[in-house]
Amino acid sequence: MLQAIDLECVRGERCLFQGLDIELGPGQCLHIAGDNGAGKTSLLRILAGLLSPTRGKVRWRGEDITRTREEYGSELAFVGHLNGIKDDLTVLENVRLEAAVRGVNVSIDVAEEALARLGLEEFGEVLVRHLSQGQKRRVALARLCSAVPARLWILDEPFNALDSRAVETVYALLEAHLATGGIAVLTAHQKVDLPSSAQRLDLLGWALA
Amino acid sequence: MSAALLAVMRRDLLLALRQRGDVVNVLLFFIVVVTIVPLGVGPELNVLRMIGAGTVWVAALLASIVSLARMFAQDYADGSLEQMILAGQPASIIVIGKILAHWLVTGAPITLAAVPISVMFDLGVEPAGTLVAALALGTPALSLIGAVGAALTLGLRGGGVLVTLLVLPLTVPVLIFGAGAVDATAGGLSATADLLLLGGLSLGAAALAPWAIVTALRISLE
Repeated sequence: MLQAIDLECVRGERCLFQGLDIELGPGQCLHIAGDNGAGKTSLLRILAGLLSPTRGKVRWRGEDITRTREEYGSELAFVGHLNGIKDDLTVLENVRLEAAVRGVNVSIDVAEEALARLGLEEFGEVLVRHLSQGQKRRVALARLCSAVPARLWILDEPFNALDSRAVETVYALLEAHLATGGIAVLTAHQKVDLPSSAQRLDLLGWALA
Repeated sequence: MSAALLAVMRRDLLLALRQRGDVVNVLLFFIVVVTIVPLGVGPELNVLRMIGAGTVWVAALLASIVSLARMFAQDYADGSLEQMILAGQPASIIVIGKILAHWLVTGAPITLAAVPISVMFDLGVEPAGTLVAALALGTPALSLIGAVGAALTLGLRGGGVLVTLLVLPLTVPVLIFGAGAVDATAGGLSATADLLLLGGLSLGAAALAPWAIVTALRISLE
């Protein structure tokens, strides 16, 4: 389903990786590991279609993602290292408006249910600017369990700033997602037990181009 | 698709309401610039009538540039811009929604504020009507052209000055026909030609700008 062919990424003068091939089918999870600056985030942004690779292609369902941006985007949930939520909106407004921009109408009940899963049920009416870092991260992760069905998850350090209970919740969400035939690509710095089926890709770091 | 357009507008208008200080500042900036000119040139009514329309247009232009910082910069900094680009909707729809919302909180209030201001410059009823019509037709072009500049300078250091240098020359036609329409009415001629040209500029910008903005945003996000 998700296929990367002969990817090469050069940032500045440095070649982060080259000749990288990835192939993931339903229910598969890819854990990208590597030191700081090894190109993990760049790889994720290439897979999401935010960054164009120096060489190579990314395909989703056999189609180049730069040609089918809308279809690809509607099947993708991306949690970058920026949360992508607005400080001046309440938690509920963030969740519901984000879904609305995606063309999905999420009722208050459904949104509250998603927030409850991440332990934010008390904070629906609170402005995001009054939340802690970890809570903001949870609001961003709420897009994984909202009513918007996404087949592919691309998560950049999703466990950052989360407490151990929240890590377990996200882990459970991930397992459920994979069990229903979803695909996930993620980076994680802390030692987290990822599903045993997760493949591991080690980025070795940079070489001079 | 239109649901996404409305959602983006609702989101941006709600944010403008929460950050209403920013919105009010732009309007106050416009009013202060317009008010300060008569203090500089003196209270001679004939002079004021002559420079009224031009002053209002220059102030509207500057106010719209000041307001450009609101357009994409915050969404870029907090990551919600990349979320919207990945939302599975045509990126141009998202951009159009954001520009419409931007116009509603800058161009529209400026157009309304022109009514009392035209009294201040003693423009007379008919030229004042033309001025309001010209602003209503021309300010969308200012928002559209400005958005291209804002998208191009996203994430750059000193982007504020650069955006002024980029956008001001491109908005000169709007300024010329906008002020020209009022002058024509004041001189007893028909302003139809100027107004049509203003509308044409806005429509032309509406056709071309979203495409340019989307391309610029994609480059800025890399």
